[in-house]
Amino acid sequence: MSTEESNAKPLEYQTEQGEMSIIGFWVFLAAEIALFGTLFATYAVLFGRTADAPAPAELFEPGTVLIMTFILLTSSFTCGIAIHEMRRGSVKGVMTWLIITLALGLSFISLEIYEFIHYAHEGATLQSSAFWSAFFVLAGTHGVHVSLGIGWAILLLIQTAQRGITPITSRKIFIFGLYWHFLDVVWIFIFTGVYLIGMVL
Amino acid sequence: MQLDEFFVTGEPLIYAGMVAIVLVTSAIIFLLTYFKKWTWLWREWLTTVDHKKIGIMYILSALAMLFRGGADALMMRTQLAFPDMNFLNAQHYNEIFTTHGTVMIIFMAMPFLIGLMNIVVPQQIGARDFAFPFVNALSFWAFFFGAMLFNISFVIGGSPDAGWTSYTPLAGAAMSPGPGQNFYLMGLQLSGIGTLATGVNLMVTILKMRAPGMTLFKMPIFTWSSLITMFIIVFAFPILTVALALLTIDRIFGSQFFTLTGEGLPMMWANLFWMWGHPEVYIVILPAFGIFSEIIATFARKQLFGYSVMVWSIILIAGLSFLVWVHHFFTMGAGAFVNSVFSVSTMAIAIPTGVKIFNWLATLYKSKIQITVPMMWSLAFIPSFVIGGVTGVMLGMAAADYQFHNSYFLIAHFHYVLIAGTVFASFAGLIFWYPKMFGHRMNERIGKIAFWFFVIGFHVCFFPQYFLGLDGMPRRVFHIVPEWFNLNVISTVGAFGMGIGFAVFVYNIYYSYRYSERETTGDPWNARTLEWATPIPVPEYNFAVVPHVDSLDAFWAMKERGESPYDESKVEPIHMPNNTSQPFIMMGIFTLASFFLVFEWIWLALAGLIGGIVMMIIRSFDYDEGYHISSEEIIETERSARGL
Repeated sequence: MSTEESNAKPLEYQTEQGEMSIIGFWVFLAAEIALFGTLFATYAVLFGRTADAPAPAELFEPGTVLIMTFILLTSSFTCGIAIHEMRRGSVKGVMTWLIITLALGLSFISLEIYEFIHYAHEGATLQSSAFWSAFFVLAGTHGVHVSLGIGWAILLLIQTAQRGITPITSRKIFIFGLYWHFLDVVWIFIFTGVYLIGMVL
Repeated sequence: MQLDEFFVTGEPLIYAGMVAIVLVTSAIIFLLTYFKKWTWLWREWLTTVDHKKIGIMYILSALAMLFRGGADALMMRTQLAFPDMNFLNAQHYNEIFTTHGTVMIIFMAMPFLIGLMNIVVPQQIGARDFAFPFVNALSFWAFFFGAMLFNISFVIGGSPDAGWTSYTPLAGAAMSPGPGQNFYLMGLQLSGIGTLATGVNLMVTILKMRAPGMTLFKMPIFTWSSLITMFIIVFAFPILTVALALLTIDRIFGSQFFTLTGEGLPMMWANLFWMWGHPEVYIVILPAFGIFSEIIATFARKQLFGYSVMVWSIILIAGLSFLVWVHHFFTMGAGAFVNSVFSVSTMAIAIPTGVKIFNWLATLYKSKIQITVPMMWSLAFIPSFVIGGVTGVMLGMAAADYQFHNSYFLIAHFHYVLIAGTVFASFAGLIFWYPKMFGHRMNERIGKIAFWFFVIGFHVCFFPQYFLGLDGMPRRVFHIVPEWFNLNVISTVGAFGMGIGFAVFVYNIYYSYRYSERETTGDPWNARTLEWATPIPVPEYNFAVVPHVDSLDAFWAMKERGESPYDESKVEPIHMPNNTSQPFIMMGIFTLASFFLVFEWIWLALAGLIGGIVMMIIRSFDYDEGYHISSEEIIETERSARGL
């Protein structure tokens, strides 16, 4: 490969290690699909097994969850802009848009915690029945992923502030972007497969 | 918690185990101190990121686990040969068959094969290390500490006793209170995450780091089988991760996934477990097929017959491995249709496997076979594995399975495939690649003694078990009726034969270390693939000059053309990663957290978790970029290793 061609690649792909890290992360995301797939399957199998606890249709409401969905989808968009700014080489742009992404992520998590507490008050907890165990673990695993993502991005913000946009920091931010978009996709399945179906069935 | 609840008390065999642990640990500490080897241990091994050293540590740990699992097996066989002697009581027997199964599959078979892959695969593809050396070290320590956590259970807190399959509701909090099952869950979780990381790591290594010219269909067959195995790992291990996590949450935090209350579904555990568990069987057999293929081609002095068919049959087996899990519980009563579907898919696996058997035979056909010890293990594998495979098809017929299910027929079947397949391959591979690890071959004569003891012992041990099964002897019983006595005694004699074989094998390691001739070339077997192109001892960078590949069996082609894999004029500085203590410390902290969780000390576990996360943050800020080895140093190393 000539130097010109390799220069045409984005910064994060320019080193061999960067390219391998990104491919490795895609493989890891494949494993994550298997992980969430198992959780979704478990949820589907246990659907309706509510025992004495309330049925999902009694608790699920479009309001908060819809807001959460819009927040998370928007954060995916802002994350995309952050990557775009990174490609343009603007440290300030990356940081600004990453911080906006994080703020949206944090509000998503806060709303999710609020939702969970609300369900618990209504008598649906992790312990109440097989269905609610499956629900809390599925949605909770997604929530833990989002929280870890927030912590991770804070570390990347500090590193970007210290070092600017280098092949290494750009690779890290790009991989974080992949992760963040992936969580968005998972949430779309939770929103439709869990909440929307739960409201009508 | 009282101290006498913390330690297991009242069992003479376990007191003996405690004494043994204390003695062995003190001996190791004494020897390390006496010979002033602590810094050496830390610098050369505990902090290494070199795939070859990590591979050796994997194999040594696997041998230790084979010893532990084997000791369990011999205790069970002793009990069954003399059921009235009350050598083991019911509880102790339950614990021992549980740990035997878990240790052998998770902590022996997989690490042994992953160890061999660690050493061999990068060298076979002309690479200098794994794609992510740091992650590789992390994987090893996750496995190692997970294994230690599981193994400590029999003296601290009590062993798990619900079988290696850990079926619910038996394994749930209601019926198995206490730390035993938690040890199972956390030990497997830790090492499972390590395996998943290896899956990602080795897959990227094989896909991205092959020598120029090595297209996918010019890869050595062992590399192919490793690549496919990694695909299975990436898609199967997350299922185990989830299953273990759900049961952990059930047991510790009171959720209702697998419980009998709250409309939980205990049967779902069996499904989740085997959706991982059946692919797992192929995770431990496909690399074995790869090892045998390499050895048979080398000592038949021929190119492997039907190479691309071999590759496609591995791929087909891997695909089918995800579609057969229900055959482990036909008797659960899923209905005739479901059972029929899984029965057919199960029997279909015999087709690509049969293709492989015929390809090995065709490779041997009209060849001048060189009888070496690895070749003997490979030749013993073929007929033994066929017996295991054919009885597997018998078990796969759902209607007949209602008779065979959970009988010794099943026990005999899976030992025939796992020992004749995986264990023979591990021994064969270790002996075959031994010179690449330690610079000398294993003694041939002692190796043959070990081989005959082990192989004859194996057949004497497990062949009678088919008939015990047909006579109706169920698995997992500690006491038997008189009509099963005779065959059980024969089986036990065979088991001790295998024990002697293993002991001789281990003695051979010591003997060869002392007396074997040191290798002077990198290619002691006159072999075919690139791992033999590196000199012995293998330099840390493997290849001074990355070779160019234009055919299958690249090294063989090079030798035929009279080329040397080393060209001094092409040497350039090589970039290497630095050693690091982070993987060891990080996994140590996570293990501590897991240990606390086993005893359900939630706050301590949380503190440990935070400690582990702090280690991950430290790693994130670590911009260590490694170092370069200069051309002069490389030339000097190569000259002395190659005797130029």
